[in-house]
Amino acid sequence: MSGLLVVRAGALTTVQDLGRPGHAHLGVPRSGALDTAAYALANRLLGNPPGAGVLETTVDGVGLRALAAVTVAVTGAPCAVRVDGRPAAWGAPVRVPAGAELSVGRAESGLRSYLAVRGGVAAAPVLGSRSTDLLSGLGPPVVAVGTLLPVGPPGPAPVAPADLCPLPGPPADLLLPLRPGPRADWFTEASLAGLWRAVFRVSARSNRIGLRTEGGSPLARAREGELPSEGMVLGAVQVPPDGLPVVFLADHPVTGGYPVVGVVPPGPALDAAAQAGPGTAVRFARAR
Amino acid sequence: MRPLVVGGEALLVEVGSAAEVAALHAELLRRRAAGELGAVREIVPAARTVLLDGVRDPAALGARIARWELRPPAEGDGPLVTVPVRYDGPDLAEVARLWGVAPGEVAGLVGAVVFRVAFCGFAPGFGYLTGLPERLRLPRRATPRTAVPAGSLALAGEYAGVYPRSSPGGWQLIGATDAVLWDPAREPAALFAPGVRVRFAEVAA
Repeated sequence: MSGLLVVRAGALTTVQDLGRPGHAHLGVPRSGALDTAAYALANRLLGNPPGAGVLETTVDGVGLRALAAVTVAVTGAPCAVRVDGRPAAWGAPVRVPAGAELSVGRAESGLRSYLAVRGGVAAAPVLGSRSTDLLSGLGPPVVAVGTLLPVGPPGPAPVAPADLCPLPGPPADLLLPLRPGPRADWFTEASLAGLWRAVFRVSARSNRIGLRTEGGSPLARAREGELPSEGMVLGAVQVPPDGLPVVFLADHPVTGGYPVVGVVPPGPALDAAAQAGPGTAVRFARAR
Repeated sequence: MRPLVVGGEALLVEVGSAAEVAALHAELLRRRAAGELGAVREIVPAARTVLLDGVRDPAALGARIARWELRPPAEGDGPLVTVPVRYDGPDLAEVARLWGVAPGEVAGLVGAVVFRVAFCGFAPGFGYLTGLPERLRLPRRATPRTAVPAGSLALAGEYAGVYPRSSPGGWQLIGATDAVLWDPAREPAALFAPGVRVRFAEVAA
């Protein structure tokens, strides 16, 4: 029997791929791997197609028993990788014999590690995606001890050579480029000017839905009243009445009722946001 | 119409009313089907806006859309779904009191309305239904419920909605249905998609 049996679930381990875009009008978030570069690298190392299912771990990794021999790769937050207790490579293909136990350890920096397996994690897709969507409850359930993760057939592409360069680790501070709009005019000019100087901290209440901030100087509203609910994009920085920005990540709601002061472009900045732990300093820099 | 650029690849088009959202949304779908819209990943109608996400040049698209003449969708446009409802919700008596009618008359008042799904959000398959006459609009409950049962028919402000699954909520619950609002294994997954017309037909409790 092939597949990976979960023996240690970790703090929050989910199946992720590129998500399910195209269904926002039905109330379905995009979802998908938060650190998109680390996700893509893990699949590339194994010759998997770009949308293959992987495991996204949070803070303390995951433990799996291989029911048949598999090749895996761990990227994202750097961590110790072990096979039956023996150290193995991070950021490179690793062979796991049948019956061996693979351990993805605690993140040494950053939050989220990505465990890809050659052939992909083949959990049942929902609306074309294997992503676990924590906001909507779509996709495979959160990984638990005893979960059996099916592994798909390997594709024709080869496993990458060992000298492929892994990505650098997550930065200590978070600098997020922000393109103002569409509701920047809901805030006072003084507080908008102050936003480029403000230093926030990542709140422990952050999750796959959004990176919440605390500690910086709150934005002040220039106008009263409620904004009618409107469509939200990935990277939108929504400002609730407390004035503290929330950066929307992959499981963000498709519509929201608080004004969006600006948008962080998807890519390296949002990938870094996905790796920023509680207390990390957050600054915004004007982008166009 | 006011086009607002959202980051590098999205456009929010703001209009004045729910009816104009419906008209703009219908026009966007028509032009997309005709191949006139260009690349767009998502078209998301909301209360007073339509979001277009995954577009190449939001500013240029916004300038084009601002010149469009919109026609409101015709009365009979959109598929019609009839949803069977038991009018036995915990807020039925309070809603009847606010409307100044007997509880037994609520089903008739709601059943006479042909609603239209203006937009979705909150949860997959949750539609915000417009069409309620001005005099039947209701405030949200002062204290939201921590768990509203799946299938509850609820009213708040200018909207009606049915909860596809159990979730917290502050709307006034007037009834319940056994209809499956959301099933990702079904095609279409959502019973209520933007543009669908909805009638609530009373069945015995």
